[in-house]
Amino acid sequence: MFKKILIANRGEIACRIIRTCRRMGIATVAVYSDADRNSLHVRLADEAVHIGPAPSAQSYLLADRIVEACRKTGAEAVHPGFGFLSERPAFCEALEKAGIVFIGPGVHAINSMGDKIASKLLAQKSGVTTIPGYNGVIEGPDHAVKIAREIGYPVMLKASAGGGGKGMRVVHDDAQCRDGFTRASNEAVAAFGDRRVFAEKFIVDPRHVEIQVLADRHGNVIYLGERECSIQRRHQKVLEEAPSPLLDEKTRKAMGEQAVALAKAVDYVSAGTVEFVTDQQRNFYFLEMNTRLQVEHPVTEMVTGVDLVELMIRVAHGEKLPLKQKDVKLNGWAMEARVYAEDPYRNFLPSTGRLVRCRPPETSDNVRVDTGIDEGSEVSMYYDPMIAKVVTWGETRTQAIDRMQDALDAYYIRGLSHNISFLNAVLSKERFRAGRLSTGFIAEEYPEGFSAADVPQEDPGILVSIAASVHRRFMDRAAQLSGQLPSHERVVGTDFVVIAGQIHHAVSVTPIDGGYAVGHAGRRYEVITDWQMGQPLVRATVNVQPVCVQLDRSGVRYRLSHRGALLDALVVTPRAAEAQRLMLEKVPPDLSKFLLSPMPGLLKRLAVKAGDKIKAGEELAVVEAMKMENSLRATDDVKVARVLVTEGQSLAVDQPILSFE
Amino acid sequence: MQDIIRQLEEKRSQAKLGGGEKRIAAQHAKGKLTARERIALLLDEGSFEEWDMFVEHRCTDFRMEEQKVPGDGVVTGYGTINGRLVFVFSQDFTVFGGSLSESHAKKICKIMEQAMKVGAPLIGLNDSGGARIQEGVSSLGGYADVFQLNVLASGVIPQISLIMGPCAGGAVYSPAMTDFTFMVKDSSYMFVTGPDVVKTVTHEEVSAEELGGAVTHTSKSGVADLALENDVEMLLSTRRFFNFLPASNREKPPVWPTMDAPQRIEDSLDTLVPDDPARPYDIKELILKIADEGDFFEIQPDYAKNIVVGFMRLEGSTIGVVANQPMVLAGCLDINSSIKGARFVRFCDAFNIPLLTIEDVPGFMPGTSQEYGGIIKHGAKLLYAFAEATVPKVTVITRKAYGGAYDVMASKHLRGDVNFAWPSAEIAVMGPRGAVEIIFRKDIGKPAAIAARTEEYRRKFANPFIAGARGFIDDVIMPRDTRTRVCRSFAMLRNKDLKNPWRKHGNIPL
Repeated sequence: MFKKILIANRGEIACRIIRTCRRMGIATVAVYSDADRNSLHVRLADEAVHIGPAPSAQSYLLADRIVEACRKTGAEAVHPGFGFLSERPAFCEALEKAGIVFIGPGVHAINSMGDKIASKLLAQKSGVTTIPGYNGVIEGPDHAVKIAREIGYPVMLKASAGGGGKGMRVVHDDAQCRDGFTRASNEAVAAFGDRRVFAEKFIVDPRHVEIQVLADRHGNVIYLGERECSIQRRHQKVLEEAPSPLLDEKTRKAMGEQAVALAKAVDYVSAGTVEFVTDQQRNFYFLEMNTRLQVEHPVTEMVTGVDLVELMIRVAHGEKLPLKQKDVKLNGWAMEARVYAEDPYRNFLPSTGRLVRCRPPETSDNVRVDTGIDEGSEVSMYYDPMIAKVVTWGETRTQAIDRMQDALDAYYIRGLSHNISFLNAVLSKERFRAGRLSTGFIAEEYPEGFSAADVPQEDPGILVSIAASVHRRFMDRAAQLSGQLPSHERVVGTDFVVIAGQIHHAVSVTPIDGGYAVGHAGRRYEVITDWQMGQPLVRATVNVQPVCVQLDRSGVRYRLSHRGALLDALVVTPRAAEAQRLMLEKVPPDLSKFLLSPMPGLLKRLAVKAGDKIKAGEELAVVEAMKMENSLRATDDVKVARVLVTEGQSLAVDQPILSFE
Repeated sequence: MQDIIRQLEEKRSQAKLGGGEKRIAAQHAKGKLTARERIALLLDEGSFEEWDMFVEHRCTDFRMEEQKVPGDGVVTGYGTINGRLVFVFSQDFTVFGGSLSESHAKKICKIMEQAMKVGAPLIGLNDSGGARIQEGVSSLGGYADVFQLNVLASGVIPQISLIMGPCAGGAVYSPAMTDFTFMVKDSSYMFVTGPDVVKTVTHEEVSAEELGGAVTHTSKSGVADLALENDVEMLLSTRRFFNFLPASNREKPPVWPTMDAPQRIEDSLDTLVPDDPARPYDIKELILKIADEGDFFEIQPDYAKNIVVGFMRLEGSTIGVVANQPMVLAGCLDINSSIKGARFVRFCDAFNIPLLTIEDVPGFMPGTSQEYGGIIKHGAKLLYAFAEATVPKVTVITRKAYGGAYDVMASKHLRGDVNFAWPSAEIAVMGPRGAVEIIFRKDIGKPAAIAARTEEYRRKFANPFIAGARGFIDDVIMPRDTRTRVCRSFAMLRNKDLKNPWRKHGNIPL
């Protein structure tokens, strides 16, 4: 076996690979950029080599630096993880030249699968079902129409070199087709420098199902079941699972065998993924093959019991696969949720900064957390904003989902925005639980974006009773303050009102053994908890049902979150609640009359002054954030009333920059 | 006898109605509570003992003798907050607009004197149109009597002013002399002269809110300490605040039980100070991670934000915190932050509240506006306050401790009891760059030489060891252990006894 492996990656995947190496007794070398000097993967590895400044183009993407780092440390093999250099033929060649093993497929496989058109032709030749379409290069608008008619509308026009939705058009008739072709090829040139566009059948309500394959150097190829990754937001996977709720045994076998055939056709070695798009009737079509480990590989590991990284390393070392196709059994169900540093309430704006608080859920055989950062780490703008992957296992899909919701409830992150409440809300959706997935799920279920207020609560009384219990505990403690007038000490009453917005929930709170009995709306909630003041998680049972609620205190208010729902509450005596009804509801200022800073940053430039008349689309100001200049433009024709800040000033998010008349 | 009791009840119900139902409704329509409703929320339920409910004014001019309301526009007495004694007065805007008459002032003075005698804090709820003009100079005399007692009570009992309506003209000087002033947003204002007079005199057009509202005074002038959303939040917040304060200068701060162990380790603090000395970080993260249960009551959060002051508890007992904030103006000391810090330090010292100083200060703010504004004199206030303080003083230097500002921030030389430094601390006369450009002036223009010298200086001085060698710091501690070490230091200092020489009073550079 290898004695030392270098991991040419960072973050959670680097940590995850290091862990397997450790278990196998292999020494590890981490590489790091300036931004990652103190990162977890550097601390976990046996050795670490600095490879350049923060931007990946000057560090993690430099093949030479990695080769040099291998030489310096004597690493015999490189695991590339995913992203960065994982699918670059030139990198494999450079390693080969240096006599270092690349833990992944050969150059031939990477090359064949790297081009969308070439890979599709190859797939067809290997007997893999592909989407009806035209794989040649479309010559012009007329040609496009002809082809589209042959395929049958709706048809998708797509850039050959494309990705990320650029150079992509769905057309439903001849006129759209002509126009769409011109636009798609123009976009393709702009984005990829390659004008080629191809056409294919557009699948209605598609789902994303992919097959994990694994091959050794001795011609053995197996498939390890499928993963469904249909829950995506703008082509970014959010929730993944294995197996897929869509597939039956017959389809699974058919897909698996096709994937194996394709792998064999390119002499594939190592772990790879063959991606398919399916319709709701289980018709499946080849999409592409990823010649690397996938982000979502843990769900496969959880249901197959296989450590994919370990097998990649063994295979790279020349060992035979230790298992045959018949040994592969899918056991139970696994879910993965990607925790991102982004703000679900602000259209998923990426968030960067320090993780002031970060407490992952407890891990077990059923809960796995793959992460590359810990409390006090920084999520920088240079890399993927993923904080962690939470993976859960259950005997059934429902159990896996329930365990995921529990794990997310216990995942306490503060200091930057994250999508945990959003993930939890999606997991609560009836449609999700019924397995009626499609890649349009998020866009369809949240057409207006996400807001915590929309998250339905099974029983709102649970959060209300916990807020009341928490408050009662604070009040009981305050009643123990020293220096009270003897025999005139504070007596805490039992009646409170939990005020959330305009809604007043009258409650009674009485101590019982281990907690409080809360009377609310004619029901009795027994809240049993060993929660202590200052702890961010309130773990309790409410009428025997276990719950874990995140609690934040701000002044006299409480914020509770659970299962994606939020409760902002003021808990007061009935007398104070009466008074609260007299308080005026303050109308938030009309912010449409202001230009607000969309992010924290520096006001680099002001393009206007008071009194200027501005047309929609004209630049108003430039805010520099994280070394990126962001141009703020007028959305309507406006007249500038006042300039509220000065150039060079640092701005908070939502700070007004200009006011309009 | 029956007749007397009947009359008594009549008088009581008349007093409780204040200015009558119509005026109460008007008060409510503005989102304001009445004087009695406020007291009811501020104090423990049923604890209020009212005094002087039957006091009436003695004015006979302008037919005032025909308009008499028992209580005369202010409700006074005492009660408890969490069982602890407090004296209150609450001006009643529904009675003569809460205006201050001679009798009204006398009522206030009576409870103030009593509060001082028994050593209990005073909370004044201000909602008054100003002087009772019909009474003329008698009313002014009343103000002065209150001012005089404010001054005598200063440093004897904590005095808190809650501004819950208008507070204009001479009236502002009573809150100004109390220890803390909290204001309700949108329904309270304080100014010496109102918008109309301002317009006549200076031709400035300004609304009452902009001239003297809660936001103005908590962010621009620094006159007030906190702005609260409405009456209810004001009164609930004041209860929370009151729990931090000792009853008088004869008492130690109150204590309550906590389950938050002093041994709590915070590993993430080890990465709080960034590698790059020019990068800021939020000092409040440190404060919140040191404090019991992460509970910090910040004073003046929106004013002179380059210094952070407020109260936390350690092992259940109140600690005053003064910290430089690297996020704002690099944490440097300027006029406003010096005044803000000095006033807070003096409050803590007057009331036996131990002081935790957290230091990351590159120096005093340079510039003509600072020099012309008198940074020398104002900076000296903070120096004076720290130097004169005899309460337990623990200092933690997290990063920069440069120049005179190092001396000022509760250094060992100013009788700091325990002075800790983090490994990232740089205790020096100035930053490496500036120092090198002075010491090796002739090398300016030779970037390589300057860089080498800077590195040399950094190696030599940008660390806690030189100060450690002199005993100016007592130990270098790991950031993650800060809570533990600070808790233990304050525990050691619990019986500290230090007295300044006798004098009538010091002469702080005002």
